[in-house]
Amino acid sequence: MKPFAARFLAVPTGMAGVTLLGAVLLLALGAGWLYPGDPWAMVADPNLPPLSPGYLFGTDMLGRDIAAGVAHGARVSLLIGVIATVIAVLAGTVLGALAGYHGGLTDDLIMRFTEIVQTIPGFLLALLMVAIFGPSLYSIVFAIGVISWPSVARLVRAEFLSMRTRDFVKAARLGGQSDLRIVFRQILPNTLSPIVVAASLMMATAILLESAISFLGLGDRRLISWGFMIGAGRTTLLQTWWLSAIPGAAIFVTVLALNFMGDALNQALNPRRRPTGGHA
Amino acid sequence: MERLLFFARRCLKALLVILCVIAINFALIRAAPGDPATILAGEAGAVDAGFVERIRKDYGLDQPLPVQFVAYLQQLATFNFGTSYRENRPVQEIIFEKLPATLLLTLSAFVFSVVVGVGLGMAAARRAGTWVDATITAASLVFFAMPLFWFGLLAIVLFSVKLGWLPSYGMSTVGADLKGWQAWLDVGHHLLLPAVTLGLFYVAVYTRVTRAAAIEVMDQDFVKTARAKGVPERRIWRHHILRNALLPVITFVSLQAGHILGGSVLVETVFAWPGIGRLAFDALFQRDYNLLLAVFFVSSVMVVLFNLVADLLYSIADPRIELQT
Repeated sequence: MKPFAARFLAVPTGMAGVTLLGAVLLLALGAGWLYPGDPWAMVADPNLPPLSPGYLFGTDMLGRDIAAGVAHGARVSLLIGVIATVIAVLAGTVLGALAGYHGGLTDDLIMRFTEIVQTIPGFLLALLMVAIFGPSLYSIVFAIGVISWPSVARLVRAEFLSMRTRDFVKAARLGGQSDLRIVFRQILPNTLSPIVVAASLMMATAILLESAISFLGLGDRRLISWGFMIGAGRTTLLQTWWLSAIPGAAIFVTVLALNFMGDALNQALNPRRRPTGGHA
Repeated sequence: MERLLFFARRCLKALLVILCVIAINFALIRAAPGDPATILAGEAGAVDAGFVERIRKDYGLDQPLPVQFVAYLQQLATFNFGTSYRENRPVQEIIFEKLPATLLLTLSAFVFSVVVGVGLGMAAARRAGTWVDATITAASLVFFAMPLFWFGLLAIVLFSVKLGWLPSYGMSTVGADLKGWQAWLDVGHHLLLPAVTLGLFYVAVYTRVTRAAAIEVMDQDFVKTARAKGVPERRIWRHHILRNALLPVITFVSLQAGHILGGSVLVETVFAWPGIGRLAFDALFQRDYNLLLAVFFVSSVMVVLFNLVADLLYSIADPRIELQT
């Protein structure tokens, strides 16, 4: 079998995903160097159209550089996407592992709770949390994490359920290994691939959620974000539609790249697994 | 008998979800930084002491927590969601006024996403590997990655402003005073863009799920048997493959209900649709938390009811469903 990287890049979506996400990452990392200074600063005449000299994407109604906003917004989107995903994956893995490994009443309780969280309108709950705790980076990341963990929990539970009766786990148990050691050294390493795939798709959802929260005006006001830019551009949509169109395209490209990565990871890590249905 | 038990269990589960939502609402207001009374008043530090005192009385915030919770339960059981201090009206009155518009929008979006999603998925599976399949798969990838509020804004620019085909806001033409079927047609005209926008993400989900399921079913023995017996191809696709490909689709329906109600906040905001999603947006801005909590509660109840009906219909439609779960 070819090494993982070769298999991953051999999938067409893998190559596309890496390239697109790499570009967004470079933009985020290079934002301070490409567009030094405050992206909120008014630097030119208002409402310059895209491709104006010196202002690739034009300026908004206050004369702020759209390209600078897009570059600095990439930092916020990726940052929130990564942290929210880490929170959700950690919480989901712990709960899923507990449920799958112990079974019985623990399993029942955790899974009922998971179903409940999955049923309620998550986006509304996230809005409520951000509104009540006050819009900030922390409350947004927390809210997205809180509504996103159930899919990981279900996935990890299913993996643990099937693993715990396998011979190598039985052997470890007979060998006197502790539960903790069995979970971390025997089962978890074997369930990493589906978790990695789920994480990349979850990050796509997290970025979409963050943009929607910021679009509604609940973003962190100190940081410029793509969702906020779309919302701000909306007031003059009929005259200057590109103010909303351009940051939205940035979200689209980033989310598409992450979906591509998830798809390619899935094919490279689990060659015999069927394609995933969705990250809903 | 078995079905009755199944239904009873489902009802119990539904009640559990609703109880959980109530607990979340209750906890959120009390876990928030600051005094719950000033939060419910919607303005930290900027209201007069008498008003805050009134809220504290109204909500029994001076009582111990368990007493507060029981009182809160009693309130909700009678559909009393408190007062919107912004509108100075009972919250339930405002919500029930706006609910029909949201039901119309979300149900239309739901039907649209299932019909189009399953249709596209079947079409792609039937022509797997051709350009038709490639186009449909690519389109579903695009729908899957778009922020729906962004799509809505672009659709307004294209279909309302540039082409002038469809209205861009509201639920009916202002001042048109239409009667009978013309009024319905007018609403339908206004409904088209928001419903499509709201349904598009799940069109992508259902397309992918249906395509994958149909391709898997296609090669199974019972399909080969049917073909060998000379069953017409149309009938094979409709009766043998479609029916089985629908099974995984149904598991996504319950997830979609919550998603679509959350999404309606965005879509109703973009299209100025006069439903409870738009109400939630206004409540966010006016810090009208009583109203916001009620929208969350009512939306959750609707999701639970929807799932209950879906479960019941499903158990009747497909005898293979496990009545145990």
